[in-house]
Amino acid sequence: MGKILLEMKNITKTFPGVKALDNVNLQVEEGEIHALVGENGAGKSTLMNVLSGIYPYGTYEGDIVYNGEVCCFQKITDSEKKGIVIIHQELALVPQMSIGENMFLGNERGKKAAINWNETYSEADKYLKMVGLSESSRVLIKDIGTGKQQLVEIAKALAKHAKLLILDEPTSSLNETDSRALLDLMLEFKKQGMTMIIISHKLNEVVYVADKITVVRDGSTVETLDCHTMEIDEDRIIKGMVGREITDRFPKRSGVDIGDVNMEVRDWTVFHPLYAERKVVDNVSMNVRKGEVVGIYGLMGAGRTELAMSLFGKSYGSKITGQEFIKGEEVHLKNEHDAIQHGLAYATEDRKVNGLVLSDSIAWNTTMAKLEKVSHNGIIDVQAENLAAEEFAQAMKTKTPSVQQLVGNLSGGNQQKVLLSKWMFAEPDVLILDEPTRGIDVGAKYEIYCIMNDMVAQGKAVVMISSELPELLGMCDRIYVMNEGEMVAEFTAQEATQEKIMSAILSSDKKEAKEAQA
Amino acid sequence: MNSTEFKAFIKKYTMVIALVVVFIFFTILTGQRLILAQNVSNLLLQNAYVLVMACGMLLCILTGGNVDLSIGSTLCLSAALSAKLLSSGFSAPVAIIVSLLVSAIIGIWQGYLIGYVHIPPFICTLAGMFLFRGLARVVLDSKTISISNEGFLNLFTAYIQIPGLDQNKNCVSALIIGIIVAIVVALLFFTSRRKQLKNGYPTGSLSSMIVKLVIIDALIILYSVKLMQYKGVPVMLIWILAVVLIFAFITSSTVFGRYFYAVGGNEKATKLSGIDPRKVYFVAYFLMSFLAGLSGLLMGARIGSVDGSMGQSYEMDAIASCFIGGASAYGGSGTVPGIMVGAILLGVINQGMSIYGLSDQWQYVVKGAVLLAAVVFDVVSNHKTGKS
Repeated sequence: MGKILLEMKNITKTFPGVKALDNVNLQVEEGEIHALVGENGAGKSTLMNVLSGIYPYGTYEGDIVYNGEVCCFQKITDSEKKGIVIIHQELALVPQMSIGENMFLGNERGKKAAINWNETYSEADKYLKMVGLSESSRVLIKDIGTGKQQLVEIAKALAKHAKLLILDEPTSSLNETDSRALLDLMLEFKKQGMTMIIISHKLNEVVYVADKITVVRDGSTVETLDCHTMEIDEDRIIKGMVGREITDRFPKRSGVDIGDVNMEVRDWTVFHPLYAERKVVDNVSMNVRKGEVVGIYGLMGAGRTELAMSLFGKSYGSKITGQEFIKGEEVHLKNEHDAIQHGLAYATEDRKVNGLVLSDSIAWNTTMAKLEKVSHNGIIDVQAENLAAEEFAQAMKTKTPSVQQLVGNLSGGNQQKVLLSKWMFAEPDVLILDEPTRGIDVGAKYEIYCIMNDMVAQGKAVVMISSELPELLGMCDRIYVMNEGEMVAEFTAQEATQEKIMSAILSSDKKEAKEAQA
Repeated sequence: MNSTEFKAFIKKYTMVIALVVVFIFFTILTGQRLILAQNVSNLLLQNAYVLVMACGMLLCILTGGNVDLSIGSTLCLSAALSAKLLSSGFSAPVAIIVSLLVSAIIGIWQGYLIGYVHIPPFICTLAGMFLFRGLARVVLDSKTISISNEGFLNLFTAYIQIPGLDQNKNCVSALIIGIIVAIVVALLFFTSRRKQLKNGYPTGSLSSMIVKLVIIDALIILYSVKLMQYKGVPVMLIWILAVVLIFAFITSSTVFGRYFYAVGGNEKATKLSGIDPRKVYFVAYFLMSFLAGLSGLLMGARIGSVDGSMGQSYEMDAIASCFIGGASAYGGSGTVPGIMVGAILLGVINQGMSIYGLSDQWQYVVKGAVLLAAVVFDVVSNHKTGKS
């Protein structure tokens, strides 16, 4: 056993009315990658906030022993001075500033009154090279992709001479390739002796990089798994997280008859709204039947969301061509309202930004897409509205004291349920769910899957867009694969495997490369 | 009442409590001159423009903390047009219709630019502030025009006096109207409670409802007694109440009213729910300008003359009332009853200071401090409850 770099002993942190952490113990060895897993609200982030000094010494009980000495951090800079650097889930970069400026923000090179820009940029370039970025540090943050931005965050941490790097959900906004690159970079750092703590929901990634995995549940550490001495797989971790054996991660669907085609698209082509010559969706044809869950898989930028939004009343794109049929009839949807009237629903990918009004109540959000159902002559029947919202909250098992609760106060999983309630309330025939389980914990995911099964049992057609292959394989009757705006493959549930789908994407990439050469 | 309930009560009724405290404070400070019948009657009339325009301003603020800076100028233009037309011999209805029509056109113009052309509201209405002020001065030819048309003045500034029943110091009709209103309010309270009970909704305790009702009805009766002692029910009060009640209804109970809150809370999500945000902006700024036009008529009639600087900085009073009354500076929350309390609070402070004889410059200082305190309190108390 190596040297213990960090030990958190009996950490207890209480907020008014809630014990967020209860006697938590965590030991991190020097030079290891330690994963912290647990459901949303289990206390992972609180623990890291205690460690990094966001909650100052004295507001919690217990001791932090780092490098053999007890630490009393008053603020973040105290912990950063010791080499403990945290990279938060939401990137903390200023888009209009250059990479170099961002990297030394609050930590400027040169004198107080005069920043030494030459030193800034040459230092920045040095750290960029360490994380494998070839960009100049003078490039603006807004001009590079999210994957690279995440790398800049890491370079920024390195510039602070990090000895212990904490990464909070580092891959949540990255596509598969970028995620893998990031994880490999972590392994590279480990070889150089860096110690890291990673918080992640993506268990396959945890299994890939971690040396040890500590499971947090309800504010306490449940167990620490050593990946070198034990055989660890995702199911084993999930068991620790939820405290029970999950026999099946995907609920079975039975007795649902697949009926007629509810929605069909032919030769659908969409151009970028600003760069009018760029094709975002290229000649796509697809259909979904009554009682069927159809998946659309693709990497980031494959055009899945753009396809869905352009179908939903042209809410994205320009120069849209092609035919759209709903229940056998061709429709020309002018706007979102028109789409809803024709029985279409689109539950957005980013529920906080595009899906819900966080400052409004559950009831208001639930009825928003079809207020006419609970109103007469433009006047809302508040009681009918509350009744409807309560009915949906019960059906979806939304955890809330009342439907008057503001949506912003709910957890991610419960917010997602409100979003689904809103679209079910609109009584659609076709529901397009864009990343319905992103950023929510295992237990809530299962409930969302059950809701989807209920939807198809009620005769709806569901289109599920997801970046997580296992859930598509577990939930869908058919899976379409998109790449670079094109539909490159279609599989039935029986044929589909992870390998086939990935190779469909790879071969279409190769084909394109060949065509480009020719 | 335990301590958490007490805190929640304080938080919910902060501004009402502040209003009561300020009212008592000025009553004592002015040696009870504040509660003389004449002053009580004038309190709302003097602030008619604030009460009316705050309703429109609330809609603008709801859409995302946007304000309308042009309304002081629109008010002046509307009043100037009426004064000019009346002094040129046109009848009162013509003057009123033209003034309101012009304000409506201004509303359509600004609503279109902000909603459909996406001009930032601040800039668009700042331009309007200069534009319409200038036009008003053109109409007035840089003179002060007085309004003497009886019909016009009566429509806005008369008092309801029934011959035989009422005399100047003893207008029984005011009391009768007050009692009727009090009874109607009580009936509304009970019917809504019965409806809630019938549908199995959780209702507050009967006793707390009765306490609330008794306080409200007592205030109505007291107010009508004061009105009775000074000329009776002013017609302008009816105009104000009509606007306030209509807007309270729109924002709380109609589908379109709900859209203002939704757009202010999350415009993208609102659009993807099939609601057209452009229309929402349009209607907000249209109604705002229309109300500014109406306020121009009210103030023109009340002052009895119009000059080129009329209505200057009135927009700021409307904005301040909204924020003091609990509207969020980021949009998405705020109610008509709330901003009415804000407007009346400002009015009481204004009138109290005037009666006390505090000089003008200090009145500005106090107003500014009150506005800041209200907003700081709002932000801090929301932060403490965990809403970020």
